[in-house]
Amino acid sequence: MGVELATDRPGFYEMVDVDVSDSELVYHVRDALKSVSQGDSDHYNQLIAVMHYTGRLAPDEVAMLVTSLKALSGSISYIDIIHHESLLSSIFGMSMWNYGPDVMDALVELIISLAASNGKFVDSCLDMLVRNFMPPKSYLDLLGHPRGLARKHEVLDRVHSALSHIADLVPLAPMRLTPIILQRMPHMFDKEALIVIYVESMLLLESSALGELVGSTMLMALVDRLIDLDVEISWDDIIHEDSGKGIFDMELEDVDDIIDHAEIDGFEHPRGTAGSQILGTNAVADKLDSLMVLICEHLKSCADGERLTKVFETLLQSFWVTVLNAYKSKFSQFVMFYACSLDPEHCGERFAVFLADIFVCRTHPALTRMSAVAYLASYLSRGKFLPLSLIASTLKRLVDWCLEYCHVQNGEEKTINLEAHRVFYSGCQAIMYVLCFRMRSMMDSHRLKSQLLHMPLEPIFCHQLDPLKVCLPSIVEEFLRQAKAAHLFTVSETFLFNNLLESDLSKAFGGMERLDMFFPFDPCLLKKCDRFIRPSFVYWSMVKTTYDDGEDCSSEEDINEYFDGNGKSYMESGITRSLDEHDLDLDEFEYQLNKMSITPRNSLKNGLIFKLENPFRMPARIRPSTSPESL
Amino acid sequence: MEGLKVSDANLVVYIHPSKAGKVSQSILRELSTLLFKYNEIFDGVVLAYDVTIQNKNAKVLPGIYPCFGVKLKAKMLLFSPKPDMLLEGKVVKLGKESLHVIVLGFSSASIAEEDIREEFRYRIKHGEEVFASTSHKRHVIKVGSMIQFLVKR
Repeated sequence: MGVELATDRPGFYEMVDVDVSDSELVYHVRDALKSVSQGDSDHYNQLIAVMHYTGRLAPDEVAMLVTSLKALSGSISYIDIIHHESLLSSIFGMSMWNYGPDVMDALVELIISLAASNGKFVDSCLDMLVRNFMPPKSYLDLLGHPRGLARKHEVLDRVHSALSHIADLVPLAPMRLTPIILQRMPHMFDKEALIVIYVESMLLLESSALGELVGSTMLMALVDRLIDLDVEISWDDIIHEDSGKGIFDMELEDVDDIIDHAEIDGFEHPRGTAGSQILGTNAVADKLDSLMVLICEHLKSCADGERLTKVFETLLQSFWVTVLNAYKSKFSQFVMFYACSLDPEHCGERFAVFLADIFVCRTHPALTRMSAVAYLASYLSRGKFLPLSLIASTLKRLVDWCLEYCHVQNGEEKTINLEAHRVFYSGCQAIMYVLCFRMRSMMDSHRLKSQLLHMPLEPIFCHQLDPLKVCLPSIVEEFLRQAKAAHLFTVSETFLFNNLLESDLSKAFGGMERLDMFFPFDPCLLKKCDRFIRPSFVYWSMVKTTYDDGEDCSSEEDINEYFDGNGKSYMESGITRSLDEHDLDLDEFEYQLNKMSITPRNSLKNGLIFKLENPFRMPARIRPSTSPESL
Repeated sequence: MEGLKVSDANLVVYIHPSKAGKVSQSILRELSTLLFKYNEIFDGVVLAYDVTIQNKNAKVLPGIYPCFGVKLKAKMLLFSPKPDMLLEGKVVKLGKESLHVIVLGFSSASIAEEDIREEFRYRIKHGEEVFASTSHKRHVIKVGSMIQFLVKR
């Protein structure tokens, strides 16, 4: 195979005859390299100049570049790390995105050979490949076009196969690869497209042959990044403006109804407006959203490839280290939720058991235990895929722990130090929260019903420590209401409903962090990854409560609406019913709401938003600071 | 194969107080961080270790964290090839100009064309790249063969 000489371009091949064979070229390059140490760098500099060809290359330039690279591959043993430093830095500075497939192949071949030849080059070679995970900044916009996408596939295919080749030739290379990847990870304030494309490569590595060695580090770094982004989203971004629309406009799960409403009103509402209205045009939220979509897709492919159990262990570890103790993580935990939904039998159960273990274990700090039980309660309530038996057995575990705690506390304390018993209160609140969601289904099952009736709930809730007074009032109310309808307790009715206004007590046990109002798996507000979560998520509107028995078919309009098969109608009737029942109109309800919060109005916006998130009887948009989760 | 040696080492491992409940586990973990890395003190790559704890008592190191030091005796298996040692390894890549070999499954070596014996010529036989001996017909080096070589540097 000969080489076409570009006669009008002076330079490297000036001295060389036409139809030079490959091996002669190799000797030529070797001479050029050798002569550097002797002081003669002419040919060497010309060689470097070839490496610096930029822009749109003419065919002869491409040919020159390809042959030079190939010749270098043949002269690897002559490349010295010190004498040929400028050549090496030119090679390592090349971005494969700028060239066509021929040049890419030759370059990759050179890099692999360099890495295999001498241990000193391994780091730089790996670094060069990792840098090629991302295109040059100018290229980012092109990624959306088909040509850009094609180029992306070309580059990434070669980069990843080069990495696996190097791992074959240099077995310890993956050990060097991990810190390089972590170092080169784009900062969270970089452009979204850049972050996304880098993370794509990280996930590709995880599922590749190298995944066994580097995979877990990749995943943990990703979860760390999710939390970093999560923390940057302030609660203020989540509050939307009260624009005076109807009660259900911000109900996330009913995008359809929003559209219906809008059409009735006579103007178009594009789908997904609900989500964007809620989070605004928050760039950080978008980045988090995109990353979560990538991870969810990756998890799905892991599940398809039967690798999920192993990946889940890493995720669990990562959750334990990063997410659990992060202050009120907003959305990152949905990655766990999705993973569990993909494999309820193993992963779903594992997660529940894991959280329960943390709660009952005395050596963990109190905040961790409270956080764990908050996650557990929210998880058990919201996971549509969870078998009732698991929920029942976990509940039993919580109840047994609380009972044990009660037995230990048998002193005659006049004043109860709420903070000292905060783990207990969070456990009680968790039990009540789960039962609010699941009581009806448990009562419907014969076996679980008897299990539930046998659970020692009364001794716990009627204990001196008085969890009913201390826990969040809205949960307590709803729980008692359902318990009454289900005849769970044998105490008198006067005992119930006498604790509506003790909200400050719940703050006492929740502490500064307000862990009493932490419901981590409340509906996800990120629009793109919501589609992964939605099918396995239990919205409050979907929940059948124990007091709904006779009311489904009570009024005609209710029947029609209910059989719409739409969450909205069910809920709507729920609202009118509950409002009627208690003879409250909206104003009085507002008044009640204000009474509940003794703290000044301003702090409502900052810290106490999720007080109102507890959805049981609260309309979506009663205050500017409501969360989007309505009834 | 030369280049492997077993050394005795006296070590002190400092352990953070939080690991006081699981001392042996943390000792093993600490020593595992040495594995497959070249260690100047031992002058070699640590491949394996065998540990015996000398004493149940340990000295507490004064400082911000009261880490305690545990004295150990360990046998370390080290790999430290020196020039002119004979090593053997498996060929993983064959090119016109070089041979790439993996020694002991973790160490990679590269043999340049000029260092390969004259009798071996680069050929493509049956679509496969090999180094074939001109003197012995059956003697062929291809990907997957085990070869012995002298360490140059």
